[in-house]
Amino acid sequence: MSEHQLDTRGLLCPMPVIRTQQRVATLATGDILEVLASDPGVLHDIPAWCRVHGHEVLDTARSAHEINIRLRVRKT
Amino acid sequence: MLAAKVMQEQGIHVEGINFYTGFCVEGHTHAIRNEHRDKPKRNNALWVAEQLGIKLHIIEVIEEYKQVVINPKHGYGAHLNPCLDCKGFMVGKARQWMEENGFDFIITGEVIGQRPMSQRKDTMPIVARESGAFDRLVRPLCGKSLPPTLPEREGWIDRDKLLDLSGRSRKPQMAMAEKYGLNDYAQPAGGCCFLTNEQYANKLGDMWKTRGTKEYEIDDIMLLKVGRHLRPRPHFKLIVGRDEGENNYLQGYRKKFVHLNATSHTGPLVLLDVSSSAGSSELNAEDLWLAARLTARFGHGRDAESVVVSVTDLNGMARDLTVAPLPANEIPAEWYL
Repeated sequence: MSEHQLDTRGLLCPMPVIRTQQRVATLATGDILEVLASDPGVLHDIPAWCRVHGHEVLDTARSAHEINIRLRVRKT
Repeated sequence: MLAAKVMQEQGIHVEGINFYTGFCVEGHTHAIRNEHRDKPKRNNALWVAEQLGIKLHIIEVIEEYKQVVINPKHGYGAHLNPCLDCKGFMVGKARQWMEENGFDFIITGEVIGQRPMSQRKDTMPIVARESGAFDRLVRPLCGKSLPPTLPEREGWIDRDKLLDLSGRSRKPQMAMAEKYGLNDYAQPAGGCCFLTNEQYANKLGDMWKTRGTKEYEIDDIMLLKVGRHLRPRPHFKLIVGRDEGENNYLQGYRKKFVHLNATSHTGPLVLLDVSSSAGSSELNAEDLWLAARLTARFGHGRDAESVVVSVTDLNGMARDLTVAPLPANEIPAEWYL
């Protein structure tokens, strides 16, 4: 298991979801990916994408200009 | 959504593909504007996938899609929508994905006669042929009225359980949705692509004409979705934020444009888009004065005698102009794109 980070700041949805999808495809089951984003749409879309694909959202955090979503890759 | 349901009822494993072209009308596109804040901010494709219990693969095709928009073999529809070429392109990408991921056939929700260009009985074979999907392309909602496809001939799916819908009415689909317990669904076809929108097409057409080329970058087409666009002179146009949401969005582009905002009154952020191929590529003092008067016009100082407008150049250098707002009756209708 390893931890990874993906920076999607400055991108509008659905691009952060697309980048997340592409990155997760390269990771192993159990790996953790932290997604940095600036579009609040990710708060809805990335958890929805995770539910659809069976990945686990560990936590989300939002500050004034940044959103962090951590997810664990599950075998799907 | 209904086509997938019809297949799921036959025990077929379905996964969804959603293409992002840059012209998509997203929940988040609506969310840029304050007045659309009540609309759901969800990604409709993801939402549909959740309802169906299927995986959804979102595929970015921004670069490849340019040739579809710029040079459509079958031409445009009512506006700048290259629907038939678009359908062929997307089914072709789906075929490629199908082959790479070990799937057997493609389904779409097309209905004969539903759309004037891409969903006619005579154009459906064009999509099957030009996409390379041929008889691995199944239209479950109207398949009974079409020649049998490979999955039907091979017995992978039961042709008798396909439907024979036709025409523009969506009442049969709504009845089906009710039967399946689906009482919330995405807007019917045509509402998900800005290229079918007259105002958007006008702005895109203006951009192409002014630049003398149809080439575009993603930022170009995103900015056409936002703000009030006015072209007072051939070589520049104004993009005027219409509310706080749009002003915030335009803030992200400030460094790439000469921009204006009133400082004595509240008002919009205005970007000046200068075209080098439309004569002068430089903004002269008169141009900036006019832009400042227009900026004042669209702010809360519109009825004031004078408004102070800050003009910031591409080097970030700002200076103030004190101007009289341009009266509404001095803005010709043809300036609005």
